[in-house]
Amino acid sequence: MSISIQHRRSANQTLRIVCPNGHLGFAPLKTGSFRIGLGSDPDLICADSGSCDIGPGPLGGDISSSPIAWQTHDLEQMLLGARRLGVPMIIGSAGDTGTDSRVDLFVRIIQELVCRHQLPKFRIGWFYSEQAQSAIAARMQTGETIAGLDGRPNLDAETLSATDRIVAVAGVHPFIALLEAGADVIIGGRSSDCAIFAAPAIRAGFPDALAYYYGKILECASFCAEPYAGKESVLGEITAEDVKVTALLPAQRCTVASVAGHAMYERSNPFYEHVLGGTLDMSECVYEQYDERTCRVTGPRFLPAGELRVKLEGAGKVGERYIGMAGVRDPYTIAHIDQVIQWARDQAREQHGEGGYELHYTVYGRDGVMGELEPMRDRPGHELCVMVQAIAPTKHLAEEVCMTGLRQMFYARLPQVKGTAGGVAFAVDEVLPASPAYRWTINHTMQVDDPLALFPTHVTDAGV
Amino acid sequence: MATERLFGLAKTIRSKNAGVDQITFDVVFRDRATYERVLRSKVLSKEAVCRIFRIAPERITDHVEFDPALAIKFTIRRLAPSGSPGDADMFGSQQYGPLLDVEVPG
Repeated sequence: MSISIQHRRSANQTLRIVCPNGHLGFAPLKTGSFRIGLGSDPDLICADSGSCDIGPGPLGGDISSSPIAWQTHDLEQMLLGARRLGVPMIIGSAGDTGTDSRVDLFVRIIQELVCRHQLPKFRIGWFYSEQAQSAIAARMQTGETIAGLDGRPNLDAETLSATDRIVAVAGVHPFIALLEAGADVIIGGRSSDCAIFAAPAIRAGFPDALAYYYGKILECASFCAEPYAGKESVLGEITAEDVKVTALLPAQRCTVASVAGHAMYERSNPFYEHVLGGTLDMSECVYEQYDERTCRVTGPRFLPAGELRVKLEGAGKVGERYIGMAGVRDPYTIAHIDQVIQWARDQAREQHGEGGYELHYTVYGRDGVMGELEPMRDRPGHELCVMVQAIAPTKHLAEEVCMTGLRQMFYARLPQVKGTAGGVAFAVDEVLPASPAYRWTINHTMQVDDPLALFPTHVTDAGV
Repeated sequence: MATERLFGLAKTIRSKNAGVDQITFDVVFRDRATYERVLRSKVLSKEAVCRIFRIAPERITDHVEFDPALAIKFTIRRLAPSGSPGDADMFGSQQYGPLLDVEVPG
């Protein structure tokens, strides 16, 4: 078997990238395998920092879901490593969402780290991804279609106006533009995960298909290796013929099974990945074990798009939110829990009117986790926990509706109930403020002529 | 060969968001023989998945046999986007439970 790519480049023309974290900030990178990565002759250090998994709240409310201490930790590790080696560092989808404020936050953290460590001069570049609602409304008024993804209807004016914040998902283009401008450190707004890694490879002249695949396989760091371990670094190498990826944590390996398995992770179809500019086709990929801990992949194809369409993500606030919880042990009440909930809903309607708020009941012990997908919802457990969520335009109303929706379960009138001193059990007889409720309003695509147009880039000097 | 639960036959059984409007399921096997046995049994066919989750076929957006990973993969459209008020599984990561008990004929 070949010598591990960790210790030696496998060809004359290669580009090597270390990825230390699949979602920078969500949990801190592990420094042991990252240090091994820094010692493995990387040409760049790159990581994605975004995810839609955290729900619509952070985008809508323009906050991070990751603590600033963990974001700073990872940025510091990467920055110090990259500057010591004199290689570029690229971050995409800054601060979980890639909004303008998150890009500014990461640029500010980098500048503070520069001062703290008295780093010598370098160039820092960044780009923005946020889109004004008015600009999209103007396009829709000219009859342009903002096409729905994943079975969604096309965007209408009402849904757009219910949206608080919108980001467009960048492809490789702003990253390449910033590398061309001499940026040593790049902080990206919202971007396709694979574009962060594909951009330097495409700029270095490697084929598009291999470059996008390279990004696809590196973007989740150690999730493409086995056994399962998060937040560990992996090393990738692209050549003119193939992509290789190797695990850097000594206990992990990149195998055919782990790398092929990763190709389908978190995606509806394992064969196709759509980015701004085209589609990566992985249906003919061939996976081989290259050395003990390295997988080699050949055969991806890239189909350039006839029309450039950029993905838009948007979130809108539904309202302020309070939650409450009640337990149930009486078997008769458990069997009739829907009637109990209906009673409480009716009481809320009597007190607060028909609309203007939302009341949601999650019945743990019956179908709380899976809802309508639960095959066993007709076989509830011997005790239930009911979570009540009330959402309303004001905190005051949300609190009141939640209190009604919770406490009226206590007073529900079931004809044959034996217990007449309270229908549910309270661990706390109060309702609790929760984060405001948001929803994903936009998961659509929009036509663009210039793939850079929506992503303004900036470069400045940093360092002392 | 005796009938066995998928729990004992699969290496990985998981669910996860695929974007904000879909949940995707991966059932991954250790060896080709088991993978092909489960495929042949059709216990995870599109029709079977509809029965397990009691959904209409239109809810399944993708159903793929992914040979390189020895995996059967299918994707279900959510009724409301992830993290919407009332959604109790924002990551879609706990929807695979019913698959563990699927019986695979010998």
